[in-house]
Amino acid sequence: MTDFFCARGLSCIRQDRVLFQGLDLELVPGQLLQVQGKNGAGKSSLLRLLAGLSTPDDGEILFQGLPLSQQLDQFSTSLCYIGHQSGIHEHLTALENLAFWRAAYELPYQDNLSLLGELGLAGLEDVPCRMLSAGQQRRVSLARLWLTQAPLWILDEPFTALDQHSIARLQQRFHQQLAAGGAIIVTTHQPLSVDFPSLKTLELAYRW
Amino acid sequence: MFKWLHPLAKPETLYRFCGHLFPWLMLSALTILLVGNVWGLVFAPQDYQQFDTVRIMYIHVPSALLSMSTYTMMAIAAFIALVWQVKVAQWSVLAIAPIGAVFTAISLLTGMAWGKPMWGTWWEWDARLTSQLILLFLYLGVIALYGAFSDRQTGGKVASLLAVIGVVNVPIIHFSVEWWHTLHQGASIMKFDTPSVHPSMLWPLLISLLGFYLLMLALVCLRLRTAILEHEQHRPWVRATLGGH
Amino acid sequence: MVMTFLRRELVLLARQKADWLNPLLFFIIVLTLFPLGVGPEPNQLRIMAPGIVWIAALLSVLLAAERLFRDDYRNGVIEQLVASRQGVMAFVLAKTAANWLSTGLPLVMLSPVVAMLLGVDKAAFIAMMLTLLLGTPMLSILSVLGAALTMSADKGGILLALLIVPLYIPLLIFASAAIEAAGMGLSYSGQLAILVAMLLLALALVPLAVASALRINVS
Repeated sequence: MTDFFCARGLSCIRQDRVLFQGLDLELVPGQLLQVQGKNGAGKSSLLRLLAGLSTPDDGEILFQGLPLSQQLDQFSTSLCYIGHQSGIHEHLTALENLAFWRAAYELPYQDNLSLLGELGLAGLEDVPCRMLSAGQQRRVSLARLWLTQAPLWILDEPFTALDQHSIARLQQRFHQQLAAGGAIIVTTHQPLSVDFPSLKTLELAYRW
Repeated sequence: MFKWLHPLAKPETLYRFCGHLFPWLMLSALTILLVGNVWGLVFAPQDYQQFDTVRIMYIHVPSALLSMSTYTMMAIAAFIALVWQVKVAQWSVLAIAPIGAVFTAISLLTGMAWGKPMWGTWWEWDARLTSQLILLFLYLGVIALYGAFSDRQTGGKVASLLAVIGVVNVPIIHFSVEWWHTLHQGASIMKFDTPSVHPSMLWPLLISLLGFYLLMLALVCLRLRTAILEHEQHRPWVRATLGGH
Repeated sequence: MVMTFLRRELVLLARQKADWLNPLLFFIIVLTLFPLGVGPEPNQLRIMAPGIVWIAALLSVLLAAERLFRDDYRNGVIEQLVASRQGVMAFVLAKTAANWLSTGLPLVMLSPVVAMLLGVDKAAFIAMMLTLLLGTPMLSILSVLGAALTMSADKGGILLALLIVPLYIPLLIFASAAIEAAGMGLSYSGQLAILVAMLLLALALVPLAVASALRINVS
């Protein structure tokens, strides 16, 4: 069970600055890992390493016992990564953005309209996203989490700009994912309001 | 077969290896260049048509040949950097590029200086001159692309990719320019296109060529060492080597 | 997947008309500059027409190239697409196709006007149209490559031109040679065959390079 997702001795150097060194982490199904740290501590860089976007300067990342670099294609089908940017185009409507991501993830057809309604975006489906507020844009971006079946989620600051109600909805969705045997890696500044029994935190210290 | 190369992928080993190599390369390069150039510029006979201007050849031909081989070397390093993710290979791409650009520029300038007395003009839209100019643009493209990224690692990888793309393109560009040239003007001015060089001129030329190659390798060693230090400045071995502050 | 992505690109182009209308306008303006610069003498213009048309086409495609990936990069679409991996190649193909449909195809359709402006005769006009039809897809492929290479660079515009113009040279040579040959009443099927060969080679290789350039730029 321990070999679902783990990293050993990770180092990351960006612009001549060592962000972290010799970092170990381990994640089992049903677990939520919260990465904390100050601005610039390397949270986003860590997530990008774990998502297979960049390669660590030292160390290795294992998914189901195999190094990530050897199986990026298989790994990416088990992954839903939503980065710091929303991943939605502001000249497209919410529906068009969702259709794009569904095609990219090769997901079967689902009812996007009622999903957006559920997320409190009813009536805004056909408005270009640049007309929406930051929180509404974030909700369109996160709507993917209701579509995907990937066991591993890596989310960079998903709670930014969301109101209390949406935060609660998202955490409820986290519960579903964990109950279904998935795992989540997430960065946040604020503590999670719902109690997650399997919560693990990782504090990244800011280094000079 | 490549087993002996493998330890060199480690920056520290390569740094020391280049350090051992550099003085020998530089010393032999300077000696051989001195012999070749003095022989070529002073003692070799004049050409019966071109008189003393033929002596430009001892600089022009080696630098023109080097501009191509340096590009090949850079592209091989770039390929290794992209496929096997070897960091030192990526650094060597950027160590090699300016050297190649300078040799290309030297060959262009000496070519122009040679063209003035021979063809009566500084610049002729001749196939070889034109493709040499484009080669210079490709070199400058690699250097400029690297410089355009604030993240050096991304810049290095993108520049490597461009160097590899260039390899596919250099022959295509070269042949199309050659074809274009034959279409536009006859090859009448290229009287000495395939010169049969007399041994008394060939020997100093070959010696100069060897000198240029050694000089290029020495410069690459030097630049690569600097690049390694720059990229690895946070590693303990660099501090230990440089007497750590 | 490619069709969904292509539809998305076309929707975006329909909503941001300046992205493809400005390069077209630029093409026409550059064309009008040449007679003003070198003189309106019809024979001279006819001789220079192949070069003028192709240089104007190169410049206008280059102008459109800069914005190709900017929005999607800034929004994080490309980063998240690269993380999902499956979509990258389809995305590249859709971008290339959309770029050709919005900049290359209009140039082909404008070519009768161009022929009229520059006083090109019928044989050369047909050759011009054919070279534009075969050559502009190649322009799109290469400008997608340039845009991908410089996507996360701090200073895109001029750099893009420096990188891509040398790659355009073979195309420029063979396309204008074909038009020139046609103008002199010679056969130009050889030049067209070379254009097709270059296009096929570019279609096979460049998307791979673009995909890896995108991966590098978000790493």
